[in-house]
Amino acid sequence: MSRFEESAPARGGFSFDLCKRNEMLMQKGLKPSSYLKTGTTIVGLVFQDGVILGADTRATEGPIVADKNCEKIHYMAPNIYCCGAGTAADTEAVTDMVSSQLKLHRFHTGRESRVVTALTLLKSHLFSYQGHVSAALVLGGVDVTGPHLHTIYPHGSTDTLPFATMGSGSLAAMAIFESKYREGLTRDEGVKLVAEAICSGIFNDLGSGSNVDVCVITKGNREYLRNYMLPNPRTYVSEKGYSFSKKTEVLLTKITPLRELVEVIEGGDAMEE
Amino acid sequence: MDSIYNDLNAPHSMGTTIIGVTYDGGVVLGADSRTSTGMYVANRASDKITQLTDNVYICRSGSAADSQVLSDYVRYYLHQHTIQLGQPATVKVAANLVRMVSYNNKNMLQTGLIVGGWDKYEGGKIYGIPLGGTLLEQPFTIGGSGSSYLYGFFDQVWKEGMTQDEAEKLVVKAVSLAIARDGASGGVVRTVTINKDGVSRKFFPGNTLPLWHEELEAKDSLLDGFSAASPEPMVS
Repeated sequence: MSRFEESAPARGGFSFDLCKRNEMLMQKGLKPSSYLKTGTTIVGLVFQDGVILGADTRATEGPIVADKNCEKIHYMAPNIYCCGAGTAADTEAVTDMVSSQLKLHRFHTGRESRVVTALTLLKSHLFSYQGHVSAALVLGGVDVTGPHLHTIYPHGSTDTLPFATMGSGSLAAMAIFESKYREGLTRDEGVKLVAEAICSGIFNDLGSGSNVDVCVITKGNREYLRNYMLPNPRTYVSEKGYSFSKKTEVLLTKITPLRELVEVIEGGDAMEE
Repeated sequence: MDSIYNDLNAPHSMGTTIIGVTYDGGVVLGADSRTSTGMYVANRASDKITQLTDNVYICRSGSAADSQVLSDYVRYYLHQHTIQLGQPATVKVAANLVRMVSYNNKNMLQTGLIVGGWDKYEGGKIYGIPLGGTLLEQPFTIGGSGSSYLYGFFDQVWKEGMTQDEAEKLVVKAVSLAIARDGASGGVVRTVTINKDGVSRKFFPGNTLPLWHEELEAKDSLLDGFSAASPEPMVS
């Protein structure tokens, strides 16, 4: 049908054609599918030698915790990391995309990536989607021009700050930062403050929980401290263990050997030109 | 209708008070520093006065994202224009570029701007570019949500041919007044003075701003009660 071809998006970007259909279905009683959100507390601060990023590890799907230990601190470049809050798919996709773009850019220029490059790539992508890509990010890194920390909002606006918090737990974490942050913190003081801010989000915000991830970035070095703190251990594990009913009895054990290993001999025929 | 609850998914907007004032020899631009997301202050120390060229600056209000992207585009166009022209761009050209982008995308953008600068042809000039994309050259102009509280003030106090000192003091006084009355404005006051000698940035922290309307220092506050002796019971 010619009308079908007309409505196919010629340029890139979202096509909102199915929105009317979805509305009609919802009116008829179909519940819309929920998406995985990272309720989240994410923070970043600048200390004397670089930046420290922190995040909680809870991913929620409505009122249910879908992932108790997800990774919210995403790799962008060896010297740049990015925490993401909002829709988990959006933060993953946008940070992966910009990370690849940065790698290509590094090959092209032969230089270490700069934080402002990542910032501009992220903000122009988010702005062009007018806030529909629900990714709120805390971007931090150290490059030749020094340590940088930025926040990026879903609509594409950015702020440059010495300390920043984002996500549903941002108010709890910001309270900690506003009372205890000062310039020129040492590494240990900085990590302690970041962990405290994330814990504040974990314990006071329903959308954040589980463990604390920390990432310390300094000139020429970064330490990704996955599960730096585990303040929510599973306290009681039943000693009896779990017993399964007879229905799961083993009926048959059959071992099928795989084919024999094939050995590759080096110095075979050279490839033809 | 705005929800009273924290809507952290609300677009980042700059409630704002922005001011641009000409004086004898140049211009003074002033702004507050509050960026809000719904009812939460996302950045209490933002810089709303952005550089377009060496001699032209722009005050941004409204949607943070829209105004940032617009300034980035105009900075890029002006850079190209300066290269092609071979000399610094005039304030009029900068303001017109801002107006072109603002007007041609009026359906999508939500940002009010003030362009101010100094060039050797016209001297110090201020241009106001409000929401629809009009361009208005004015001796002074105010913008943002806090400006509502300043119209009467400026009608009373404005005069032509002020000195640089008078103009700076006027701008700081005006922004402080607006911060006192407008919930969406706050933080610190930033000013940028542009004249033939160049650009100078000034910063006024919130606690140094003049108090208004007979605001007194906190006394008889509840906090005093904890350290002071307990009060005498009232005798009727």
